Amino acid sequence: MLDLTATELLQRQANGDSSAESITQTFLAQFRQHDSRIRAFLHVDEADAIEQAKAIDAKRKGGESLGKLAGIPVAVKDVLCTKGRRTTCGSKILQNFVPPYDAHVITKLKEADAILIGKTNCDEFAMGSSTENSAYQTTRNPWDLERTPGGSSGGSAASVAASQAPLALGTDTGGSIRQPASLCGIVGMKPSYGRVSRFGLIAYGSSLDQVGPFAQDVRDAALLLEVIAGHDPRDSTCVNTPVPPYTAMLDEPIKPLTIGVAKQFFGKGLDSEVEQAVRSALKVYEGQGAKIKDISLPHSPYAVAVYYLVATAEASSNLARYDGVHFGHRTEKFAGLIDMVKKSRGEGFGAEVKRRIMLGTYALSSGYIDAYYLKALKVRRLIRQDFDQAFAQCDVVMGPTSPTAAFKIGEKADDPLAMYLSDIYTISANLAGICGISIPCGFTKSGLPIGLQILGGPFAEEKLLRVARLHERETDWHKRRPAL
Amino acid sequence: MMSYRTIIGLEVHVQLLTRTKLFCGCATTFGLPPNSATCAVCCGLPGTLPVMNRTAFQLALKAAVALNCTIATFTKWDRKNYYYPDLPKNYQISQYDLPFSSEGWLEIETPAGARKIGIIRAHLEEDAGKMLHDERAGKNDSLVDLNRTGTPLLEIVSHPDMETAEEAKAYLEELRLLLREIGVSDCEMQEGSLRCDANINLHVPQPDGSFVATPIIEVKNLNTFRGVERSLKYESERQAAELQRNLDAGVWHVDATRTSKFRDYRVSPITQRKSDGALGPVSKATAGWDERTGRTEIQRRKEEASDYCYFPEPDLVPVTVDADTLERVRAELGELPAAQKTRLQSQYGLPVYDAGVLSRQGRAFVAYFEAVVKQCGDAKEACNWTMNDLLSTLNDRKLDIKESSLSPENLGELISEIQATGLNKQRAREVYAVMLDGLTAKQAIDKLGFKVVADEGQLLELVRKAIAANPKAVADFKKGKVKAADAIKGFVMRETKGMAKTEMVQQLVMRELAKE
Repeated sequence: MLDLTATELLQRQANGDSSAESITQTFLAQFRQHDSRIRAFLHVDEADAIEQAKAIDAKRKGGESLGKLAGIPVAVKDVLCTKGRRTTCGSKILQNFVPPYDAHVITKLKEADAILIGKTNCDEFAMGSSTENSAYQTTRNPWDLERTPGGSSGGSAASVAASQAPLALGTDTGGSIRQPASLCGIVGMKPSYGRVSRFGLIAYGSSLDQVGPFAQDVRDAALLLEVIAGHDPRDSTCVNTPVPPYTAMLDEPIKPLTIGVAKQFFGKGLDSEVEQAVRSALKVYEGQGAKIKDISLPHSPYAVAVYYLVATAEASSNLARYDGVHFGHRTEKFAGLIDMVKKSRGEGFGAEVKRRIMLGTYALSSGYIDAYYLKALKVRRLIRQDFDQAFAQCDVVMGPTSPTAAFKIGEKADDPLAMYLSDIYTISANLAGICGISIPCGFTKSGLPIGLQILGGPFAEEKLLRVARLHERETDWHKRRPAL
Repeated sequence: MMSYRTIIGLEVHVQLLTRTKLFCGCATTFGLPPNSATCAVCCGLPGTLPVMNRTAFQLALKAAVALNCTIATFTKWDRKNYYYPDLPKNYQISQYDLPFSSEGWLEIETPAGARKIGIIRAHLEEDAGKMLHDERAGKNDSLVDLNRTGTPLLEIVSHPDMETAEEAKAYLEELRLLLREIGVSDCEMQEGSLRCDANINLHVPQPDGSFVATPIIEVKNLNTFRGVERSLKYESERQAAELQRNLDAGVWHVDATRTSKFRDYRVSPITQRKSDGALGPVSKATAGWDERTGRTEIQRRKEEASDYCYFPEPDLVPVTVDADTLERVRAELGELPAAQKTRLQSQYGLPVYDAGVLSRQGRAFVAYFEAVVKQCGDAKEACNWTMNDLLSTLNDRKLDIKESSLSPENLGELISEIQATGLNKQRAREVYAVMLDGLTAKQAIDKLGFKVVADEGQLLELVRKAIAANPKAVADFKKGKVKAADAIKGFVMRETKGMAKTEMVQQLVMRELAKE
């Protein structure tokens, strides 16, 4: 049952071959057996998950209509607010934060009758690319426990890769869904900015953050996106355009299909095994009649620099509210207000979060804002223009998701710049607001998964998923599972 | 005593009359129990997002159009970052470089005539909460009430165009009238729905014809209109004395090398020795006004400008204003106080002063006045009665014009009745007083049993009797003292208990005296 996709699990329930309860029990058993080593989850309430499952089964028995994800366990990154359930963002400062509301995507999951199986580990406030920046635990890559699952949504990615949940939600500010999906050998998708409501997503970089799905295959990812996407009046940046039924046309190939390949995605620092796997994937498409077109994204070399100004500037303001006054960690001993705020923040935040707050504050300071933050906004616009021009010539842009396969725990922990470069190919999609997906496209000789990144234009999710599905139909990389 | 020019600019914050807050659905009602009008959004809980209140934006647009501002077709929100416990997000959503309106004006009355006070900009922002310091025995707690957090505020920044404390007060009063009239704010200074900070300094003439500028003081904590006037008067005198003292003591110096242009003249700044020994400018300072002592207390000199790290608010989308929207706002505004004042003069022939008094009472009052005129046809009398008698009745009873027990039709009828019967003013006021219980003029006159004596024969007899009884008055009148006739008239009035028809008595007295 653990090898089945969500779509298959739905079918089994419809056929009467399994119940939501038995499915939930199975995934919980897998969690109990393996998570002490993988450490994907921060909070799991088994009894509660079973309760949810029983309620779904009762609904089915009573002949009630059921949601699109009825009885399917979904793991949720711990930056998404769950009403009455701790939501920590992997940070000590929110150790005891219990939101009085559900994130919009959680409401959607509940409406779809999904089972909320648990909250997953992540880099503190989603700042990181290895899940090592969590204040609580380090998540390990199910393919090699010495290696990181990537980040920041490493817990969600690892939970799906280790079959502890068939589906998971992550968030992607600079690659935090696609990069861990790539490193864990599963499908991960970042929707276009504005496609999914950010209400209840605890902000890191507000103009970049998006919630998206992790799944074993493209169909499941499409299904989960279908459930969470759509307008929410509580998020002004969430667009009010209809959500196409992503699963309906999934097996219809896009014809003719032109794939843009940017030379900037195949530069220095790209591992040769990764490059080879990506080139083979392109061959698969060519074999299906796709045309490969060389394109240029001339401003993409600046994406990492732009990102670390824009995202940190927003973060410095977004994280200002954690001051020990109204909620979150408050220091025990202090002399006066300023001392209390300083100590509470000093104790509550980890090193990477502090680094980014300082960087962002600096970028916004008078005397520097023109040269850093405002200049970054200008370059950001140019990056978007690069993509607009690219999508005028091709349907999608393809390349590697990450320059390397999963790296070792601790390998980049003391070198922030090296860590930042692991998102070099994913960041520009967030800056441009476009959608992107990572799908498995091969393995290194040592058996580590490699991801193919496919980028689509703004709100071109349907096309993107159909293109991704085409590769999946012709290959079986996505069917491999790690030996736990 | 040196002569100087006082330069005043006002920064006014008004709370908009919306039912709900600027970015969430919480009530804006004043005086609710602490923290009862709050939600996850205005408490800034993680994961929550602001959503703009369209009504607030419409009200703000209305105000800016009424203030003759240029309206931006594209405007955005910015975050103003600073840490304070009454600001739960530790940033305020405001507008920085692209406010929705700029460069307008408001006309005020000054002893030298009407004058336009320039407005630099008006922008929308969210209010902060309130801190309450509980210092009862053994306690050292600071409490935070977030009810006010997120209330829509319109910040209106004037040019430094006011030259006296009275002008500053007049500007505030005119602004309050305007904003109340168009339903944008109730502008209750005591409740904090109108708050004012004043920037003030002096330009003191120098022998060479140039001016020296005293350092700008920002006076805060102004809670009453009188406080604004008093504090600015006090502050201008204090600055004049301070300048004299510090120049005499050699502490301050006039830096004639770095003059700047102000209106049509040049101004030199003040410098003083800094800790490093070099001469540097004296920075702007904040002062609090103490209503009780009648003094301003300098709180701090700002060595450098605060860095609020403004940047565009990523959680909100920019707002665009099209020509249709603006047209609709303009149409909804109706007649503004300034235009109304002009119309009252031209349409009814009222003097400037009277037109001003009427228009200051607001639209409903002017409408009342116009209904009285419609009934009686006499604008002068209608104005006298509404502006004097009715207004003082309302003030005594603390009533709004809409709550008046005397309808404009009835007041108009009273005026007509006076004209028809010649009822004198004193008796007319008695009738008026009875009419306040809801009676018509005729009913009131009947109730009082007033019967005007308009019988010529009867009055002639009384006049002759009066002339006979007042030989001295008659003699004086003959010597040219016209006033002496009043004694004769007074006699007749006394005899008729004030019921003699005034004009008839007047005529008869003149005619009979002429015969003497």
